[in-house]
Amino acid sequence: MSGLTRQQMADAIARRFQDDWIVNLGVGIPTMCSNTPITADIIYHSENGVIGYGPLTAPGEEDMHLVNAGGQHVTLKPEAAVVHHADSFAIIRSGRIDVTVMGAYEVAATGDFANWKVAGAKGGGIGGAMDLAACAKRVFIILEHTQRNGAPRLLSHCALPITARGVVKLVATNYGLFEPAGTAFNLVAIAPGITVEQIRAATGAPVHIPDNLSTIAV
Amino acid sequence: MNRRSKLYPDFPSAIHGIEDGATIGFGGFAMPGVPFNLMQALQHSPARNLTCVANTTGGAALPRMPDIGHLVERGMVRKVICAFTAATRASEQLPFTKYHESGEVEAELVPQGTLAERLRAAGAGIPAFYTPTAVGTELALGRETRIFDGREYLLEPALPLDYAFIRAHRADAAGNLRFRRSQRNFNPIMAMAARIVIAEIENDIEPAGSFDPDDIHLAGIFVHRLVVIPPAPAGLWPQLREPKS
Repeated sequence: MSGLTRQQMADAIARRFQDDWIVNLGVGIPTMCSNTPITADIIYHSENGVIGYGPLTAPGEEDMHLVNAGGQHVTLKPEAAVVHHADSFAIIRSGRIDVTVMGAYEVAATGDFANWKVAGAKGGGIGGAMDLAACAKRVFIILEHTQRNGAPRLLSHCALPITARGVVKLVATNYGLFEPAGTAFNLVAIAPGITVEQIRAATGAPVHIPDNLSTIAV
Repeated sequence: MNRRSKLYPDFPSAIHGIEDGATIGFGGFAMPGVPFNLMQALQHSPARNLTCVANTTGGAALPRMPDIGHLVERGMVRKVICAFTAATRASEQLPFTKYHESGEVEAELVPQGTLAERLRAAGAGIPAFYTPTAVGTELALGRETRIFDGREYLLEPALPLDYAFIRAHRADAAGNLRFRRSQRNFNPIMAMAARIVIAEIENDIEPAGSFDPDDIHLAGIFVHRLVVIPPAPAGLWPQLREPKS
């Protein structure tokens, strides 16, 4: 893979956060958004009812009663509160989450995405993804632009079972930032060292290139 | 007080009487709040054809603690209802997966917030509710939906339990419970959804009146049996997860 590192992909998303946003980070690359130095004053929400958590705990200082949705031991900020699971998802379902950042196997130009079931599996791992995807004000996705074999993950339509329909607002890959625009992706910003031709060749849907294409600062 | 004591001396006596075919819910999310000791005792119960409800079938993280997968491996389970019934990475496999794929055990995969609200509804006397979650997905195929204010919602039934196994930080003799930090998670709603609630407690049981009534997280009327967790190694306590390779 070339282009952005995993942390740089997370940085490109985290820099979009705005003051007072309530933010939910999915497991994997999205959790790296909390490492990005940003000036926006945000509140992190975790599915298990932790509101207002801070950085990961230092090794040896873990509180065995306290984890985020990824099972990582975190610290609490002074404004933190804890609620039970039904109230935590009441926060989600009632539309109070300003942005949810999730990983995915596939994203479509239609705004659909798939992240709960791999090809051929009988079971799946939904966790809180379907509630967050259906109800958050914004869904941002971070994923590698292609599969290991080079097959595209950004497609006209998802091949895998979807998590939610038409909800994705912004996609960060190692190649750039994209907006699903119905039948095509709009390229919002390109990763340093990546060309438009590389993006077109690695994307399973048309890509619109703006006249003044900006490069992602790293 | 003429009421019968809720305190049980050990885990096997606390879980006595679980019938074949019972539906049991287990609190906990990741390590915090999982009733590891009650789940371990249940592995030695004669109960069979159980329906098990929890966030996950378990076994994705190491060290592996008592989980639904262990009950499945012992042939005790007919069905699971969980938000995770398979690993989310293609390179990983849950212990549960082979029993599911061979057809030995049935699985109902439920979004986590829908699982929480189905339990809450059962505990609140509400038979069903509409949610926007899972609309337009494979989970909604063939199921009842309805439009409210131009948005489509999926009908979800309440999920009543026969038993809830939960874990709390402190309890008084009346069964009033307090949880600590993210230990709370599913525990109060599993309890309210259940007919009989069995709680493992991390501290000695305190006399009734020890807590300010304003500071109780789950009222004792929802809690039927209490058992104190002994110190390790006799008692099971949350451990640090090993980092994934």
